[in-house]
Amino acid sequence: MKPFRDMRLPHAWLVTLAAPDDFDGWRDQARRLVQCDVPPDRVVWEAPHGAGGSAGGDLFAQGDRRLPVPPAEAPQPRVSRQFLQIAQSVILHSDSKRFDLLYRLLWRLQSRPRLMEDAADADVGQADRLARQVRRDIHKMRAFLRFRVVEEEDGAERYVAWFEPEHHILRANAGFFVRRFTTMRWSILTPQGTLNWDGETLQEGPPAERADAPSGDPTEDLWRRYYASIFNPARLKIGAMLKEMPRKYWKNMPEATLIPELVATAQAREATMVESGKPVFQDQERPVNLKQIAKDIEACRRCPIGCNGTSAVAGEGPSHAPLMIVGEQPGDVEEQQGRPFVGPAGQVLRSHLEQAGIDLGDAWLTNAVKHFKFVPRGKRRLHQSPTAKEIDICRWWVESERLLVRPRLILALGASAARSLLGRTVSVQKERSRPHVLDDGTELWLTTHPSYLLRLQDDARAGEEQRFAEDLRAVAARLKELTS
Amino acid sequence: MAQQTVMERLEILADAAKYDASCASSGTAKRNSKGGKGIGSTEGMGICHAYAPDGRCISLLKILLTNHCVFDCHYCINRKSSNTRRARFTPQEVVDLTLAFYRRNYIEGLFLSSGIVKSSSHTMEQLIEVARILREEHDFRGYIHLKTIPEADPELVARAGLYADRVSINVELPTVAGLTRLAPDKSAGQIEGAMGTVKDAIVEARDARRKFRSAPKFAPAGQSTQMIVGADAASDADIVGRASTLYDRFSLRRVYYSAFSPIPDASAVLPLKRPPLIREHRLYQSDWLMRFYGYAPGEVQQATDAGGMLPLDIDPKLAWALKFRDRFPVDVNRAPREALLRVPGLGVRAVNAILAARRQRRLRLDDIARLTVSLAKVRPFLVAEDWRPVLLTDKADLRTLVAPKKAEQLELFAA
Repeated sequence: MKPFRDMRLPHAWLVTLAAPDDFDGWRDQARRLVQCDVPPDRVVWEAPHGAGGSAGGDLFAQGDRRLPVPPAEAPQPRVSRQFLQIAQSVILHSDSKRFDLLYRLLWRLQSRPRLMEDAADADVGQADRLARQVRRDIHKMRAFLRFRVVEEEDGAERYVAWFEPEHHILRANAGFFVRRFTTMRWSILTPQGTLNWDGETLQEGPPAERADAPSGDPTEDLWRRYYASIFNPARLKIGAMLKEMPRKYWKNMPEATLIPELVATAQAREATMVESGKPVFQDQERPVNLKQIAKDIEACRRCPIGCNGTSAVAGEGPSHAPLMIVGEQPGDVEEQQGRPFVGPAGQVLRSHLEQAGIDLGDAWLTNAVKHFKFVPRGKRRLHQSPTAKEIDICRWWVESERLLVRPRLILALGASAARSLLGRTVSVQKERSRPHVLDDGTELWLTTHPSYLLRLQDDARAGEEQRFAEDLRAVAARLKELTS
Repeated sequence: MAQQTVMERLEILADAAKYDASCASSGTAKRNSKGGKGIGSTEGMGICHAYAPDGRCISLLKILLTNHCVFDCHYCINRKSSNTRRARFTPQEVVDLTLAFYRRNYIEGLFLSSGIVKSSSHTMEQLIEVARILREEHDFRGYIHLKTIPEADPELVARAGLYADRVSINVELPTVAGLTRLAPDKSAGQIEGAMGTVKDAIVEARDARRKFRSAPKFAPAGQSTQMIVGADAASDADIVGRASTLYDRFSLRRVYYSAFSPIPDASAVLPLKRPPLIREHRLYQSDWLMRFYGYAPGEVQQATDAGGMLPLDIDPKLAWALKFRDRFPVDVNRAPREALLRVPGLGVRAVNAILAARRQRRLRLDDIARLTVSLAKVRPFLVAEDWRPVLLTDKADLRTLVAPKKAEQLELFAA
């Protein structure tokens, strides 16, 4: 049948679809129109706005004529699979001209069967663009929809979400949520309609309003805290965020309320991090002599131990001693007397040094940390090991001592002293009894701290004392070699 | 110390995990919760459920089981010597959080890592326990990414892959010297050994599944790794070379780059200032060139300057094209796919469209304009039915013509 070309009659066919995402309806009508040879500019398409509901538009009712009946011998229109695929997405778009576009493409496909491969064609390009926008909307709904939990009458939980899709994607997206949340009860409310899943069947309901959805969920506080914590203020990239999560989605995402503040405080937070990362001794001039070190450490407040109200204990010995012995930190007795190695462990050390033939007149005695770290227990002050960070801060003083004394050999007692000199955490038992070379060429030996010997009993103590004595003898021999 | 709440611990352990760049949830086997007792699905394409103001995708609940650590890696906020607050979760607490978030559609799944407590193997066992509870007790079918502890028993590494979609081991630094200096407790040999174990297990499981459909899947989303950029002296050329070796040797799905970022309580060994974020971006672009555009690692390295650094103001593809002008212009109507992929401004999609369209008719400049974002950028490098760049390709100031106009804005934007 030929189209009616009488100009006195309305020359457009009005086609009304059942729903805005009614692909089957569009395909059936479009097929008939092609078979009747109706060109694209003679067809007006119309669909209702919501997902369900009836066709409105009384205004056009006059023009609504019965569509032509295709002749029996009319061939089936030709379409490529590519077209069908893209058309099923395009039909969901909110653009009112989508039906015309698709019909125009279908019409042109009859004379150019491979038209869809020509991405540079304006119509093909436009269809591709619309399809991509629809796919993006589908993807963003899967991403940004947030459920809130409510209790049902039977005590079970139902997860309810409010979402405002840009295109007519609600029905097309239902399968995803069914597949993902099969064993949950859930509802998705949108201005286009509602989906309800009870664990077995999916039901559609009428359009909803935001007020129909629950207004909060306690778990959102946890989620917001997570969102704020996973953000790295040192790499603010607002543009990258907005590109993938435009503002229009924010109003239904509980975490989005935090964004303005996270952005506003980011630079200050980064500056604080950089500032606090600066070495605490930055631009500090090195002390010119050992006396100055003794004076300056008394006033040092660069770590919590320096701030605990104790007196600092300086190193002692000849100012150019060939041997430097580094312990951990002053203990209770040392802090009271203001001298290193005078407490119980110090006594153990001094007697072993004597046995090994090391003259105290050759040794500069000092500690990795200059103040006494302790916890009060009644009247007693119990020793507490310094943290790696505290050792690292106090290293500057030990370095200053090394620069002035210039020992040929350093003996580090225990893990804290070893960390101070090597800058890393070491296993003393693995690395003791052999020489290490420090960056400036100074030789370093590690052994246990004498306080360790004091904590052992009987055989264990005897064994460790012997190893300790052997280490000291080796150091004595090595020192002799180095100084002769 | 007062008992920390779940909220406080979540804050500490998420904060501790944020320096891992990856949050991908893509490329795994398709699954859904139909016919199951639990929830969850994976449909190939990953989903980013939110974006933080740092532009990074939030797809997974990315946390540490604990940030206590016996290691002392300088670049790491959780190193032993850091004064950061410490916390730990029990495996059950992580499971509960994951499920609560998943049910509300906040996440695609879990990315779990941990500081090292007691021993590497003990830590690894705890990580696996979380994945086991999720999969076996809750029939959870969402995405799980487990960070593997390289020093752990290889047996455990292999078990992790049975529950996880992806396993990863960070190489941390592009050079062995950098690793020795900044991560004294780690060894390059051990890290590569563990990556080799994972690769072998993946290949073996794939072979087994070809023979028996019931054979268990092993890390269907493969393995990935991460390198820190800008904490040591490695140049872009070093990094690109290292990445390509890793892709080849361990069949990695992805190498992530993480621009070294200032951390609270940083170690004095580290540079104070971070490298420009754009550097990380350029490295990702070069990664793309190797994976999708057919560039050999050596060719990407040709785009670097004398110091081995990629230019920051233009992308590496444009930099390469400007260096090898004799390869242009390329005729959009005749050139093979490989040559078209080298044209700056033509992406894989545009090239596919050109190849399809030119089977039908000869393409003009207008056609190309519809397929690309910026005609001005591609024009000097191609020939169309009605267009020939004549002298443009040879002009000495071509770089200024095609480079982004406000170069300084890049850093402003990235900052």
